[in-house]
Amino acid sequence: MFNWDQRWDVVIGLEVHAQLQTKSKIFSGSSTAYGAEPNTQASAVDIALPGVLPVMNYEAARLAVKFGLAIGAQINQRNVFARKNYFYPDLPKGYQISQMELPIVGFGELDIDTPNGSKSIGITRAHLEEDAGKSLHEDFQGQTGIDLNRAGTPLLEIVSEPDMRSPSEAVAYLRKLHSLVRYIGICDGNMQEGSFRCDANVSVRPRGQVEYGTRTELKNINSFRFVERAMEYEIERQIDILEDGGSITQETRLYDSDKHETRSMRSKEEAHDYRYFPDPDLPPMVLEDSFLEEVRATLPELPVAKKARFETELGLSSDDADLLTADREVADFFEATLAATKAETKIVANWMSGELFANLNKSELDINASPINSQQFALLLDRIADNTLSGKTAKQVFSALWEQEEGDVDTIIEAKGLKQITDTGAIEAIVDEVVAACPEQVQQFKDGNDKVIGFLVGQVMQKSRGKANPKMANELLIKKMS
Amino acid sequence: MTITTLATLAADLKDGKRSSVEITQDYLERIEHSQHNAFISTNADFALAQAKAADAKRASGDTTQLLGVPVAQKDIFCIEGTQTTCGSKILENFIAPYTATVVENMHSHGVVSLGKTNMDEFAMGSSNETSYYGSVTNPWRSVGRGSAQDPLVPGGSSGGSAAAVAAQLAPAATGTDTGGSIRQPAAFCNLTGLKPSYGRCSRYGMIAFASSLDQAGPMTHTAEDAALLLNSMAGFDTKDATSLDIPTEDFTASLNHSLEGLKIGLPKEFFGAGLDSEMAAIIETAVKQFEALGATVKEVSLPNSHLALPSYYVIAPAEASSNLSRFDGVRYGQRAAEYSDLVDMYTKTRSEGFGNEVKRRIMIGAYALSSGYYDAYYSQALKLRRLISNDFDAAFAECDVIMGPTTPSPAFAMNSKSDDPTEMYLNDIFTIPANLAGLPAGSIPAGFTQAGLPTGLHLITPYLQEAKLLNIAHKFQQETDWHLQAPPPADGALNSNLGGKH
Repeated sequence: MFNWDQRWDVVIGLEVHAQLQTKSKIFSGSSTAYGAEPNTQASAVDIALPGVLPVMNYEAARLAVKFGLAIGAQINQRNVFARKNYFYPDLPKGYQISQMELPIVGFGELDIDTPNGSKSIGITRAHLEEDAGKSLHEDFQGQTGIDLNRAGTPLLEIVSEPDMRSPSEAVAYLRKLHSLVRYIGICDGNMQEGSFRCDANVSVRPRGQVEYGTRTELKNINSFRFVERAMEYEIERQIDILEDGGSITQETRLYDSDKHETRSMRSKEEAHDYRYFPDPDLPPMVLEDSFLEEVRATLPELPVAKKARFETELGLSSDDADLLTADREVADFFEATLAATKAETKIVANWMSGELFANLNKSELDINASPINSQQFALLLDRIADNTLSGKTAKQVFSALWEQEEGDVDTIIEAKGLKQITDTGAIEAIVDEVVAACPEQVQQFKDGNDKVIGFLVGQVMQKSRGKANPKMANELLIKKMS
Repeated sequence: MTITTLATLAADLKDGKRSSVEITQDYLERIEHSQHNAFISTNADFALAQAKAADAKRASGDTTQLLGVPVAQKDIFCIEGTQTTCGSKILENFIAPYTATVVENMHSHGVVSLGKTNMDEFAMGSSNETSYYGSVTNPWRSVGRGSAQDPLVPGGSSGGSAAAVAAQLAPAATGTDTGGSIRQPAAFCNLTGLKPSYGRCSRYGMIAFASSLDQAGPMTHTAEDAALLLNSMAGFDTKDATSLDIPTEDFTASLNHSLEGLKIGLPKEFFGAGLDSEMAAIIETAVKQFEALGATVKEVSLPNSHLALPSYYVIAPAEASSNLSRFDGVRYGQRAAEYSDLVDMYTKTRSEGFGNEVKRRIMIGAYALSSGYYDAYYSQALKLRRLISNDFDAAFAECDVIMGPTTPSPAFAMNSKSDDPTEMYLNDIFTIPANLAGLPAGSIPAGFTQAGLPTGLHLITPYLQEAKLLNIAHKFQQETDWHLQAPPPADGALNSNLGGKH
């Protein structure tokens, strides 16, 4: 855990750009799919030919409202698009269509878990805007290439209050937000592709001071790891300056993850005057009550509610419930497995958090990409529940499934001869062998050393190559020896 | 020379007297031999192919009313495969890869696009003198008479369209009107010009000047032609969020309705100081004509109309400053030949590509929107706009149509106002309020000054009442023949240093 001088308080606010999962762009019919050849998904509107006009894609509004409802925010049923004017080669119109005075989503809140318990982080607003294109600096021999495929992709800019007091709180908020947008299906959360981007406003002030210190804005922090490191660096930098009697310059700073430092991009004086004004091409967006209700009906169970249900209805521990609700896909996998299996809830939870997660992590896979689907997983757990498999043999079957060996759970068990021996006669024969082979331990047991039974069961399991039902072996051993 | 209307041509085509190819060919030849610099470009192959297609359609039984009729298009409209300059150097090399909805609508009615007419650069001007492609002469006096009198301007910004129709280089033309750019040149060139209600015609493909004010409309000899052409232009467009989703109308349907009981409102503010006395008399006579048709006249008031100009000259430049940002040399149009870095490229491209009037308005607009000035200028201008709109609501509670002069004075000489922007801006003092309020407004020929110059009667009707406006104009034209007057034949020995590219 990072620690700075305790004489300083840290204040952090985050601006997150979440790319909304619409099929087409916010103001044109072009596809939003990632990774196409440059400029193949750029229409007349996207490249801002003379005379073209934007037309609102209401799917983007639907997703924004979904977010607003999920954080219990006020939805501005009349909201207005504004032009943010600045020149840049990847900004085709010379202005970005955004929202200024009347954003679609007003104030809401998101609760995060901190070492001191739950904390509510204010979300000032969330507004719709279009993304810019990309400048390509490679492959053009000293010139710059422009790819406008991304231009016009819908973004929801989610602006928090300066409510976070440490980089770890900021990361907790970011993770919570990341989970939420994926939960409600408005953003794929892919940080590498830039679908979920974060800027941070960071300032420090002497502990106890009420006024905020001068802040800097950190750009380009596009992974959870970088967010924390960038903020830590920046906090230390600010504290160093202030302790040396200096003052902080309000500016935008860029985080360089290779060098682990932030450097000045532009100062307040150099900041653009964006000359915002309402976009005359787009009438104010008016959202009817019925639209809001329609969107509300599509909201899935939210993480907080799901976690509570997992704890109260399914009897999971708080930690298990946390783990299994952090991702909607994980929760869905868990519930699908649970519905399909006879195994106990606790067993399902243990096998997911244990074997499944370990393998997913090792292979760096999302649960959606798991080679074992919930149906196979449920069947595997069924075979534990009905004593066909022991914990140990079940792991062998799991590995076979993971490696995509041929066949389903039952054929693999058959093929590998892993079926647990539950035939009393067969186990009795092995037990007899073990009793005969281990007279010393048998005597110890008879002398009252109960613990030695574990060794003897182990012997039975070994002789049966793990297939004997350990519970039955245990019972039979005791019967034979008494 | 008698004028030829769209209606006449449509009848000739219908009766098989002439083919569209013949008509189109005839106009293309006239354009080629004309001296007014009314066109920036023509594309004979394009027009004749359309005409041929129209003739083929007619032969196969198509009876669409304007099928095969040629019309000149203001060079503000993108037409696929044709040069589209908006009167600017910065778009000199721009070939539009798509067609404006309004033009597409006209084409689907069988209209043939004759060529692209000259205009003030980005529609910013009232004299057509800001065009990079040279000034346009007003056919009503296209030749200087001695050193004291320069040729007259045709008005602007749709000056090329107006000159083209007045000189019979096209039977009709499209224009666009942000603060009077259809009506003022119509008045200067003895035409009927209509700016429809905001939202009536799609703005998609029409290069934006001031988005909340721009509106396309017809420029014709007669109100009937204006109705015919508007029928082919108007309509809801899913590509323009400000276009109106309302049922289509036949604007010719009520042309002949009686004006018995029509209540005409004359705003006292439009007849005060600054109005040419000769013009005032002409307007007065025209209004009397309506009384003879059964109309009654009363004075109304638009108390905030003096605020229209200041409001407009904040809002229009503000929107323009943003709309014109896309002309940056990055993706299309002119780019400076040499530059040291990105900012230098922007600066040189835009310094070289835009003319002075455009630069002036970009600077005014950027200033009005800038941090610290927004509330003082832009917000205030929007409030004034609301007041002006309210004035009309109040006035229309008392009358059906507002009438007045279209311009304070008839066409002026070239170079007489081009050095004084505010003097130039005053030309639009009567036309701007209708743009701010989004109302339909038109100008119709009202008579001539003693010097033989046309004057325009300005008509404003309530929102979406274009049909009413055209009805009023048509009935007037049934009683008068001002609109049938053609300009005197041009002197053979024209001075020709006005035309051509720089």
